[in-house]
Amino acid sequence: MSSANLLSVEAARKAFGGLVAVNDVDFTVKQSELIGLIGPNGSGKTTMMNLISGALQLTSGAIRLDGEVISGMPAHQIARRGVARTFQLVRILPSLSAVENVIAGAVFGHVRAWGDDAYREAEILLDRVGLGGRGNAPTGSMTYIDQKRLELARALASNPRLLLLDEWLAGLNPSELRIGIELIRDLREDGRTIIMVEHVMDAIRSLCDRCVVMSSGVKIADGSVHDVLSQPEVVTAYLGAEDA
Amino acid sequence: MIRMNNKEQRVAAIALLLFGAAASIPLLDEGYYLSLSVNIAMYAVLCTAWTLFSGPTHYISLATAAFFGIGTYSVGLGIDTLPFPLLLLIAALASGILAGLVGIATLRLSGVYFVIFTLGLAELVRQVVTWLQVKFLGAVGLYVFTDLAEKHIFWMLLALAAVVFITGWLVNRSRLGFAMRIIGNDETVARHVGIDVARAKVILFVISGAFIGITGAILAPRFAYVEPPSAFNPVISFQVVIMALLGGTGRLWAPLLGVIPFTILFDRISASFPNHTSLLIGVTFMAIVYFLPRGVMGLFEDIRARKDKTRPVAAGVAEAAE
Repeated sequence: MSSANLLSVEAARKAFGGLVAVNDVDFTVKQSELIGLIGPNGSGKTTMMNLISGALQLTSGAIRLDGEVISGMPAHQIARRGVARTFQLVRILPSLSAVENVIAGAVFGHVRAWGDDAYREAEILLDRVGLGGRGNAPTGSMTYIDQKRLELARALASNPRLLLLDEWLAGLNPSELRIGIELIRDLREDGRTIIMVEHVMDAIRSLCDRCVVMSSGVKIADGSVHDVLSQPEVVTAYLGAEDA
Repeated sequence: MIRMNNKEQRVAAIALLLFGAAASIPLLDEGYYLSLSVNIAMYAVLCTAWTLFSGPTHYISLATAAFFGIGTYSVGLGIDTLPFPLLLLIAALASGILAGLVGIATLRLSGVYFVIFTLGLAELVRQVVTWLQVKFLGAVGLYVFTDLAEKHIFWMLLALAAVVFITGWLVNRSRLGFAMRIIGNDETVARHVGIDVARAKVILFVISGAFIGITGAILAPRFAYVEPPSAFNPVISFQVVIMALLGGTGRLWAPLLGVIPFTILFDRISASFPNHTSLLIGVTFMAIVYFLPRGVMGLFEDIRARKDKTRPVAAGVAEAAE
């Protein structure tokens, strides 16, 4: 196994009673790689993300971050080791201002900033995700894309070693989507290691170095985006479930 | 975020003036009004300490009587051998440790289960203390004779109130306070930004429990004769919840808005209708909940929101989000 693997998922299995949502999945993510985790609805992608971030515990198998086993740790411990995430259904902190939402990501986790430093960093991040100058805006009344931007800024505030984006581009209109894709491309150019669960194929094609495809809890393909998308199993999985 | 801004300086100045005014009450009257003031000060400390934990977490604790009683008993058992200030410290430690144990065991419980557990805890502690007393001391009660007069008790409560407020203010601007605000918004997010949610809750529960224990200790000389039914009186637990919720739990000083009017009101009711006190307090409580569902604080906010209607909406929301 290469030592450059930042994350390795080894025979990860998650069963909810009799339903096996993730069935002995193996894959690795190298430093500074951006990989897409794709598959039809219900194939176990979000469960996989939840296993990595510690929101759910593995039934069997192991997940390592830079060699250290993180599966079995509570979510806050995993966050402190440098895994940050956004959520499929955006989760902002409604009673906190925008800048406080971002600071929330920088105080308790991988980075432990506080006070004026945290505030300055948060302002810079807000600027970066396109919310510059809106630090004091109430967050409850923000538009959907602005809430998503805010959530991304919060995840970035911890300067994560691994960033998990769970359908971060879902629900955006075409022009917002372009902005969103540019933003992620920017992060990749910084050398950030990212796993993105995504249904937006344009984004996968234009952003990802590599793709892992899941179907019914099993990994069915792993390789460059072009190769993976032309594999017959992948085509069947997709067209069978989502042909329209 | 770290220094006191102008608004905080103003609030601090007003608070100092109010404390000064309150501290001079015993100089004016040593009878009925002082006694009423002791009740108000007691509930002010209890409700503010209770809100330190229950405000941000939304966990309703009915364990107040347990911590209060342990404080009272610390004094009752040690008053003949140890100096009073040391007993206050012991009371804080004993109730803090109990809060820590309860916290570790129960904060994973959610909602109703936590409420029932804390209620049961208070009752359990009371039964255990009764049993221990009968078994080892051969009597149900303890005498607490001191030189402390009502006014000394009042001043001690007032000083404790100041400490509780300063603690609450410091917690609110610390990482712990920020963590609690995040937890109050969304526990899942809290965990994923690296907050040890259980630990944060236990720490606050310990702080809150310790202050309640000290309150019980300060009140012990007023009882003169300490026995389980009065020290572990479950009515205290309920009154604290009622008053704090009637005031509001969103801000540090909001419970006071419930404590001051309702201590006076309940006192008037029990003085004027001694035979129907419980009934009338119950009816009053229901009426208040019906007409002020969000507490006195909510009433203030509604009035302010109505005034702000002419101004841009964003201003009001920004203030609420502060």
